[in-house]
Amino acid sequence: MSVKLGVPSKGRLMEKTFDWFGQLGITLTRTGSDREYAGAVDGISGVSLVLLSAGEVPRELAAGRLHFGVTGTDLVQEKLPLWEQQVEPLAELGFGHADLVLAVPKAWVDVDTLDDLDAVATAFRAAHGMRLRIATKYHRLVREHLRHAGVADYALVDSQGATEGTVANETAEMIADITSSGETLRANHLKVLEDAPILRSQATLWRSRVAEVSDADRTVAAALIAQLTD
Amino acid sequence: MITPAETLARAAQLRATFEAAGAMPVETPILQPAETLLDLYGEEIRARAYVTTDALRGEQMLRPDFTVPVVEMHMAHGAEPARYTYSGEVFRRQEHDPDRANEFVQVGYEVFDRANPAAADAEVFALFAQAVAPLNLRAATGDIGILMAAVRGLNTSDARKAALLRHIWRPRRFRALLERYSGRLDVSARRAKLLDGTLDCDGPLIGKRTQTEIDARVARLRADAAEPPLSDAEVDLLDALLNVRETVPYALAQLRDIAVDLPSIGAAVDGLAARADALSTRGVDVDALPFEASFGRTSMEYYDGFVFGFFSAQRADLPAVATGGRYDALTRRLGNGAEIPAVGGVLRPGLMLDLEAQA
Repeated sequence: MSVKLGVPSKGRLMEKTFDWFGQLGITLTRTGSDREYAGAVDGISGVSLVLLSAGEVPRELAAGRLHFGVTGTDLVQEKLPLWEQQVEPLAELGFGHADLVLAVPKAWVDVDTLDDLDAVATAFRAAHGMRLRIATKYHRLVREHLRHAGVADYALVDSQGATEGTVANETAEMIADITSSGETLRANHLKVLEDAPILRSQATLWRSRVAEVSDADRTVAAALIAQLTD
Repeated sequence: MITPAETLARAAQLRATFEAAGAMPVETPILQPAETLLDLYGEEIRARAYVTTDALRGEQMLRPDFTVPVVEMHMAHGAEPARYTYSGEVFRRQEHDPDRANEFVQVGYEVFDRANPAAADAEVFALFAQAVAPLNLRAATGDIGILMAAVRGLNTSDARKAALLRHIWRPRRFRALLERYSGRLDVSARRAKLLDGTLDCDGPLIGKRTQTEIDARVARLRADAAEPPLSDAEVDLLDALLNVRETVPYALAQLRDIAVDLPSIGAAVDGLAARADALSTRGVDVDALPFEASFGRTSMEYYDGFVFGFFSAQRADLPAVATGGRYDALTRRLGNGAEIPAVGGVLRPGLMLDLEAQA
């Protein structure tokens, strides 16, 4: 057995994660060919690197197949009910910043807040005989946020990509999505509601609360935590 | 540990009691068309009910309760008046509390009767009180109809009343609306510009919502801005009403006091008095029965009159052992134009057995 550390396998998220660990004296590298998802860890022994999609990290942490993992707050909170009981955030990595926001067409001059959205959703249902559709892939987070705010007359439609385009394509009236600069939203003639975002997310290092650890692993895990969070 | 067989045996006993009280036993399908429930409860129902699908019938939900299918069945081909009883499993998706059951047995009793609402309320409450009597539970009662009558009697526009009525069951939004209507919230700079017609909009209109709809909403916002604020006196009366929490006789006295300044609740308060008399006739100790004006505002969305619940005083962590109430509006929503006064409730035999085992 060894302590398993899960890290996003692709792109800028992987590079920045590697940089962050590097600055703390732990060198992560991909081994083998470009297409092979294998990696190595230097600077601490007993830790093995698992490269996987950021979206799978929450599930693997909750299943105990990873002891540590790097992924966004948004993905952990969307995918893991009672996430506090399954994983513990150890460090915010300072990149991958993104807010989960509600956005409506800019032309909706009468909608600035959730208050407005509630009134408009009810009027929309009366006028169109259907509930106002919100395209998103964050079903749980959006539903809980709107329940808390007391907005009821809406329907969630699933959108796993190009969510900003759903309004122009008339498969949804508005969206809930992750945004960092808001540029894609603006380019698609959408504006963010003025209320606080549903969630502020960034890349975060998590510890699984459920993964089994041998005595040897426990020592390694403690050393890893000490090195990364001091 | 209570076995499923024990729970079913208790359920059968309870159902037999309800049959003896004059109810006809009915069965409803476990799979319900999702659309009906979504129309009624909105997207939130997805957090509470299990959804499944097939290519022919589309989305189906595992019944989260019996009330909707029983009302539909009655509205489609029920005789009048009617009393029904049922028992069976309901399914509740759980996302927050692993200790809450996601599948449990309910036994219900529902009355569809136009003749005498107070007597029907009392009949249902007394039956449930009797069924749980050995458990020494804490009873709670309320009346959503009084709050609705108070809102209808406010000195403000119909649009504001409609919005408040729509959010009776969402106390947080109800409060936010009250604050706005009483002029306690500032108008944002952007909203002020929209209202005086100086707001520029540079975005093209995309999506299904039309310019006509947007213009109509702006007109409504302007009309609302011209509306005088709700008076502090009226807001205070609503607060006083919401804070009534007493035994029934004292609650009645307080509500009569409030009705002097808020005459619109008069008829609803008379209804409460008539119900108290009917409960007395049924042998309920009304002098000791608690009444809370806010009871039933958060979890019982379709109730619009009398509401009640029975809770374990020792095990506050447990959900209600029995709940029920009047849901005239639901029959209107599901009845395609028809409606009939209806009141009913459900019991959880599994919880009853758990509590007996601990006693």
